Amino acid sequence: MAEPMKGRALPAPEPNVETQPFWDAAAEGRLLIKRCNDTGQCFYYPRALSPFTLSANTEWVEAAGTGTIYSLSTMRRGKDAPYTLAYVTLDEGPAVLTNIATDDHDALAIGQRVRVRFVPTEGGPHVPMFAPETE
Amino acid sequence: MTIRNKAYIAGAWEHPTRLAPDKTTPQLHAECAAGALADAGLSLADVDGYFCAGDAPGFGGMSMIDYLGLKVRHTDSTETGGSSYILHVSHAAQAIAAGQCSVALITLAGRPRSEPFRGGRFNAPEAAFEGWVGSTTHNSYGMCAARHMHEYGTTSEQLAWIKVAASHHAQHNEHAMLRDVVTVEDVLASPMISDPLHRLDCCVVSDGGGALIVVAPEIARSLKRPLIAVRGAGEAVKGPRGGVRLDLTTSAAAVSGPAAFAEAGVTPADMKYASIYDSFTITVLIQLEDLGFCAKGEGGRFVADGNLISGSGKLPFNTDGGGLCNNHPTNRGGITKVIEAVRQLRGEAHPAVQVPNCDLAVATGIGGSLGQRHGAATLILERQ
Repeated sequence: MAEPMKGRALPAPEPNVETQPFWDAAAEGRLLIKRCNDTGQCFYYPRALSPFTLSANTEWVEAAGTGTIYSLSTMRRGKDAPYTLAYVTLDEGPAVLTNIATDDHDALAIGQRVRVRFVPTEGGPHVPMFAPETE
Repeated sequence: MTIRNKAYIAGAWEHPTRLAPDKTTPQLHAECAAGALADAGLSLADVDGYFCAGDAPGFGGMSMIDYLGLKVRHTDSTETGGSSYILHVSHAAQAIAAGQCSVALITLAGRPRSEPFRGGRFNAPEAAFEGWVGSTTHNSYGMCAARHMHEYGTTSEQLAWIKVAASHHAQHNEHAMLRDVVTVEDVLASPMISDPLHRLDCCVVSDGGGALIVVAPEIARSLKRPLIAVRGAGEAVKGPRGGVRLDLTTSAAAVSGPAAFAEAGVTPADMKYASIYDSFTITVLIQLEDLGFCAKGEGGRFVADGNLISGSGKLPFNTDGGGLCNNHPTNRGGITKVIEAVRQLRGEAHPAVQVPNCDLAVATGIGGSLGQRHGAATLILERQ
């Protein structure tokens, strides 16, 4: 649980009845995603009904926490720069909008393997960032 | 049922202000409404339909309808960000075709340079999962550009050509915020904002606004303005939808564009002029591909070497200088796209950028965030 985004305040997410298990697991360092049992496809962000079928036949599953950078953009201006916004495609399928936690933003690339790293927010639950697997 | 030739754009007005510390946002809406009505040769009492989006202060359309002194029998406040006003033209045409109104007013205005942003989507279902990632439009669109470069070899030089073309047009617009002609080298030398987008890949931030009047055919023919028909329209919304099969190189315009061309019975090759929403250079490139002006992945080659410059390029675009150089009122550029298309079709664009015999034009836009959930709207307009 390092603090890789030095100085950047992360607004606390607000859990609700639909997403509470996600945040409870995040506090334990586990990445939960939802699976649609009608199609077998996982999805993110989590919601009660499947975005593929609108069926309530969904369940929480624990993701491996590993994936690949689909795309990224490193912010170079403003008080929080640099920080990197990215989509990470989880090995289970869905893409996650996240940040890449690193001290070397210039070394990041599309296709790079990354692993989840939970980071504390301002008075709220931990959030899932990702870091290069070698770090 | 089709809206083809069921409605006409009779009034179009762009507010000349780019910085308005001495006015309120409702006041700018009212000034735009008055300007568009005067342009059409109509009056307040003629309006029986009102369209606005998220920039309109207050409670849906009701606050502005009351503030403006309107008496309407139809209203629509569909919100698809900066593309809303392009979409509103087609919704107005639908309402007119259905007999729900005959004179529709569409307004946009705001003051992002003069007052802090008070909006927000704190209660959106995605908020807890995306509110902390530091997503701005710059890095969201930056991810789209990065992926397009990765998949198709698109270059920063090619993206820069879009800004270069816009600047060639803006030099003739006395109201444009940025009137200096720039080169590809200038764009690449400007500071990196969020990889791979440089400062000159980004649109301006401006106060201002605009308004449109869409009317029934018999009213259009009774007025003294050129007949600008709504010949076809399309709209779509796209998002990550669970994060499966994410594709940042294709926008919702891949749905709205072909739908609009199909309804109009024309093709991209028939277009004499194109208004393409240019929040960033990459926004233009992806929409050109999605509308079918070139194949997916060919956008970089299509825009290079001045191909978008009026008078020399094959597809004159954004001849007012667009969002990249002219203005981007309240961070929503859709209405100015329609306004410049109307100017071109009327033959009222600046002579230096006026397309000869401009009888068919497209106006298309993206609202929201291209890298996340966004809307697209496309209009095919014809001078008759």
